Amino acid sequence: MERKELTCIGCPMGCQITVEFDREKEEVYSVSGNSCAIGDKYARNEVLHPERTVTSTVVVDGGDKPRLSVKTAGNIPKNMIMDCMKAIDAVRVNAPVKIGDVIIENVCGTGVNVVATRNIH
Amino acid sequence: MIPYDIVIIGGGPAGLAAAVSARKNGIDKILILERDRELGGILNQCIHNGFGLHTFKEELTGPEYAQRFIDQVLEMGIEYKLNTMVMDISPERVVTAMSREDGMYQIQAGAVILAMGCRERPRGALNIPGYRPAGIFSAGTAQRLVNIEGYMPGREVVILGSGDIGLIMARRMTLEGAKVKVVAELMPYSGGLKRNIVQCLDDFNIPLKLSHTVVDIEGKEHITAVTIAQVDSHNKPIPGTEERYTCDTLLLSCGLIPENELSNKAGIRMNPVTNGPVVTESLETNIPGIFACGNVLHVHDLVDYVSEEAGRAGAAAARYVQAKGIIEHSDEVVKLIATDGVRYTVPVTIDLKNMADLQTVHFRVGNVYKNCYVSVYYNDKRMTHTRKKIMAPGEMEKIILQKKNLLKEEDLKTITIKIEAE
Repeated sequence: MERKELTCIGCPMGCQITVEFDREKEEVYSVSGNSCAIGDKYARNEVLHPERTVTSTVVVDGGDKPRLSVKTAGNIPKNMIMDCMKAIDAVRVNAPVKIGDVIIENVCGTGVNVVATRNIH
Repeated sequence: MIPYDIVIIGGGPAGLAAAVSARKNGIDKILILERDRELGGILNQCIHNGFGLHTFKEELTGPEYAQRFIDQVLEMGIEYKLNTMVMDISPERVVTAMSREDGMYQIQAGAVILAMGCRERPRGALNIPGYRPAGIFSAGTAQRLVNIEGYMPGREVVILGSGDIGLIMARRMTLEGAKVKVVAELMPYSGGLKRNIVQCLDDFNIPLKLSHTVVDIEGKEHITAVTIAQVDSHNKPIPGTEERYTCDTLLLSCGLIPENELSNKAGIRMNPVTNGPVVTESLETNIPGIFACGNVLHVHDLVDYVSEEAGRAGAAAARYVQAKGIIEHSDEVVKLIATDGVRYTVPVTIDLKNMADLQTVHFRVGNVYKNCYVSVYYNDKRMTHTRKKIMAPGEMEKIILQKKNLLKEEDLKTITIKIEAE
């Protein structure tokens, strides 16, 4: 059994959570120190399958701004962050773009889309 | 002179939320004056996510959060002027503004809402020894260069100060291929939010050196290296602890200062702790009809709190305009006192007659406190005593006062908020 101390990132509270788990059996035995269900879920995920949202920008042609900000529409596995950044860096888009427009479908096979987070006219 | 019911100085998150709220509270003629070329303020360059959990119950990026409010402003047909610099606000609420398009003009405002935000503490205010080469940026300037303009300031980065923008930029520069070598923080604790330390530093194995500062900067044309050293309890560098880092970029994230030049000129009373105006329960300054909200009032750590506060300022300004400036003030004004570890409170006074049923009081502590109590005293009587696992200067705290409890207390003159060990 492993024991890990985590700082919850679910909200600004930043609860100090203690998790007891078994990495090989992929089993969490206990979660303590959290003050809500988000913390419980975060801790279970974080020790076995850590995930992050990635945000960056892509080049935009013909728009009122030179860069378009983008994000992964959901979390992707933490170890995929740099691959995802490479995929984002390779993209160029044309204006206009609206918030929520899909910029990359299923980025790096994660099943998550990269979407626009700004309107470009 | 052009008349408006409410003039809002600044079109960032505070100004936008104040405008929306004022309109919802029945005010027709509202004008937002914005210095930049677009609405949204600093949110436009904060492309990371984590905004809006409180306001919209979902996690948004900065530009998305701003757009929610911009859309409301547009739908409501609220007027705004871009590329417009406000030069002066008089105590009689005459606002002098100028732009390339309109030249210089004056507006008579029924009420003014100050929503100018804040700026980063620059190198000149930090007294760092060494040369003054290129390659030294405030973290926010680097953020604008990377996220808006699409330029990387450098490839080998040292960051001084662990404010949130510095932490966010440590991650951002790393993701864009830079090597962030170290984050040095003068204080024995970080000024940034926990989640940012976890997600921006720990995730990328970027070391955070607490109680460290920059003691030398090298490079004549462009920065080539910095030396950091540990400091003692008086913030003095300890000889022998120096470490030299070669780098081409030094980012500074050493605190934010509310931008109150206009407020000072108007004769608004300032709180020396927050560098923002002293305000009442209605977020009104000492000059009747001039209100303040957001980071110009005190630096917030979450934009959600800015929007909430700005909403209250918008409503209070609407009430002031509708009452034609004749708001009855009672003789029963309670003074809030921040002491024993509590650095300040916003508001500073509460008029029992004008207060809402529930009054939020924001405050910050001056140090890291573990397993302590936040105590609230009505005059000399302790009324609440709330245990806190952890409190840190980087995280704004709040208490909520109930009007009915305040009215019950006979001859209430002061409410004291302090930290107690037990």
